[in-house]
Amino acid sequence: MPQEMSRADAIGAAYLICASLFIIGLKRLSSPATARSGNQIAAVGMAIAIAATLFDEQVVTFEWIILGSLVGGIGGAIGAQRVKMTAMPQMVALFNGFGGGAAALIAFADYHDTVGAPGHIETKIIISILFSAVVGSVSFAGSMIAFGKLQDIVTGNPVTVPGQRVVTATLFAAILAGCAFLATGHESQALLVAICVVALILGVQMVMAIGGADMPVVISLLNAFTGLATASTGFVLSNNVLIIAGTLVGASGSLLTQMMGKAMNRSLANMVFGAFGTSGSVALAEGPGVAGTVRSASADDIAIMLAYARRVVIVPGYGLAVAQAQHNVRELGDLLEGRGVDVRYAIHPVAGRMPGHMNVLLAEADVPYTQLYEMDDINGEFPRTDVSLVIGANDVVNPAAKNTPGSPIYGMPILNVDESSAIVVLKRSMNTGFAGIENELFYDPKTTMLFGDAKDSVIGLTSAVKAV
Amino acid sequence: MNESLLIELTVFVLAAFVGIELISKVPTTLHTPLMSGTNAIHGVVIVGAILVAGADKGTLTTVLGTIAVAFGASNVVGGFLVTDRMLHMFRRKPGDASRDE
Repeated sequence: MPQEMSRADAIGAAYLICASLFIIGLKRLSSPATARSGNQIAAVGMAIAIAATLFDEQVVTFEWIILGSLVGGIGGAIGAQRVKMTAMPQMVALFNGFGGGAAALIAFADYHDTVGAPGHIETKIIISILFSAVVGSVSFAGSMIAFGKLQDIVTGNPVTVPGQRVVTATLFAAILAGCAFLATGHESQALLVAICVVALILGVQMVMAIGGADMPVVISLLNAFTGLATASTGFVLSNNVLIIAGTLVGASGSLLTQMMGKAMNRSLANMVFGAFGTSGSVALAEGPGVAGTVRSASADDIAIMLAYARRVVIVPGYGLAVAQAQHNVRELGDLLEGRGVDVRYAIHPVAGRMPGHMNVLLAEADVPYTQLYEMDDINGEFPRTDVSLVIGANDVVNPAAKNTPGSPIYGMPILNVDESSAIVVLKRSMNTGFAGIENELFYDPKTTMLFGDAKDSVIGLTSAVKAV
Repeated sequence: MNESLLIELTVFVLAAFVGIELISKVPTTLHTPLMSGTNAIHGVVIVGAILVAGADKGTLTTVLGTIAVAFGASNVVGGFLVTDRMLHMFRRKPGDASRDE
C-alpha cells in the first residue's frame, strides 16, 4: 500500500508539472517571438501527461492503447503535414471535433462501468458524466458540420428548419429532462445513448443554421465547448490535469469567441440564434445588374493603374486563400515596390475564415509583417490611397456595414476602401460573399472589376505590369 | 459537499481566471495559432481515454476507450504539429536574409 501511494503521488506530481507547462506555453503564445517555443513547451507537457498516465494502476493492458494511439497519431500527423495553410480552419475544426468525441465516448464508457458496479452513483460523478457526454457530442457534431461547411462538402449558406428556435429549444429541453432523470437516481444506459443522439442532432442543427462567414466564431466556441467537456471528464476521474487544461481552453476559447464577436460587432446570441442571412439573401446572389452597372476591365488596363500609382493598398480575403494566390500576390507587390509604389496590405480582423488567417498566409509568402496593417491603422490612409486592390475579399469591404441599417452586417467595422481614389476588385464572379449579401462597392463608379480565379488574375496583372 | 469536490472546484475556478488572464493579452495576429494551440491542449482528454482503454473492463468499454484514444491522439498530434507549422512561418522577420527587396 505505501508503495502504491507513492506511485499515485508521483503521477500527481507529473500532472502538476505538465499543467504548469501548459500555462507557460500559453503565456508564450502571446508574442510572435516566443509563440513557437510556447507551443513546443505545451507539447512536452502533453507528452509528460501521457507518459505518466501509462503508469497508472488502472492501466493493465496496453495493446488497445497502442493501437488507438498509432491510428490517431499517424492520422493526425499526416493531416497536419499535408494540410494547406488555407485549409487550416477546417483542420482545426476536425481536430476539435475529435477531442469532443473522445470526451463523449469516455463519459459513456465511465457510465457503463459505474452502472454495472454495486452502489449508487455519486451525484458529482453522474452530473460530470452527463455534462461531458452532452457537450462533447454537441462539439463533435458541430465541428464536423463546421468542417463540412469550410471544406464545401456542406453548403455555406445557413440552413434552417421551420421553427428553428422552437426546435432548438425543444431539443435542449429534451436533453435537460433526460439528464435530470438520470441525475436523480435512475439508471439507464439506453437513455444516455438517446441523450447523446439528441445532443448530436442539436450540434448539427445549430451549426447548419449559421452562415459560413461566422464559422471562425463557431470553431472558437466549439473549441471552448471541448475544453469544458475535457474539464468535466477531469471531475469524473478526479484528475487535476484534465480539469486545469480543459478549463484553460474553455476560458480562453470563450474569451476569444467574445473578442471575435466584438470585431464583427455581433453578440454571440445573435450569431448562434440569429440565423444570419435568412432574410432571403440567397435570392440576391444572382448575376450583375441588381443594383446598377458593374465596370470590368482587362488586366492590361488595371496594370497601368497600378504601375503609375503612388500608393496601392492590397486587401486580401478568403478568395486569395482559396486560390492559393499568396505567393503571386507577394510577387506583384514586390514588382510594384520596385517601381517605387508604396505597397501596403490591409488586414481585416476577420478576413478569411479565421482571425489572423491572412497574416498566416502572407507570412507564408514571406511578406514582411511591417507591410501588414491592421484595420485601425490603415483606415485613415485610404483617402490618400490611389488604388485599393481587393483580392477575394467581400464582406469586410462592404460599405453596407456603414450605410445600410437593415443589412445583416450593419455595424461591423470594415476597411474603408471606398474612400480611396480607385478600387480594383479581383473576384471569381458576381456571387455574394459568405455572408450572402450584395456588395454595393462593386457598383461604385470608382470600382473596376477583374473577374476570374484570384491566382490567374494576379499572375495576369504581374505580367502586365512587367510589360508596362 | 465532500472535500475532494471542493478542491476540484477550486482548481477549476483558478484555472478559469488564469485562462482569461493569459488570453486577454494575445494580439489578433496570433489568434489562429492560438485557437489551434489551445485546441491541441484540450487533447489532454486522451489521458481519460487511456485510463478507459487500458482498464480491461469488458469489450464495450475497451472498444469505446480505443476509439477515444485514437480521437485524442489525432487531436494532440495533429493539433501541435499544425500549430508548429503555422508558427514556423511567423518566425521569419523582415530583417532575415530571405526577405530583401
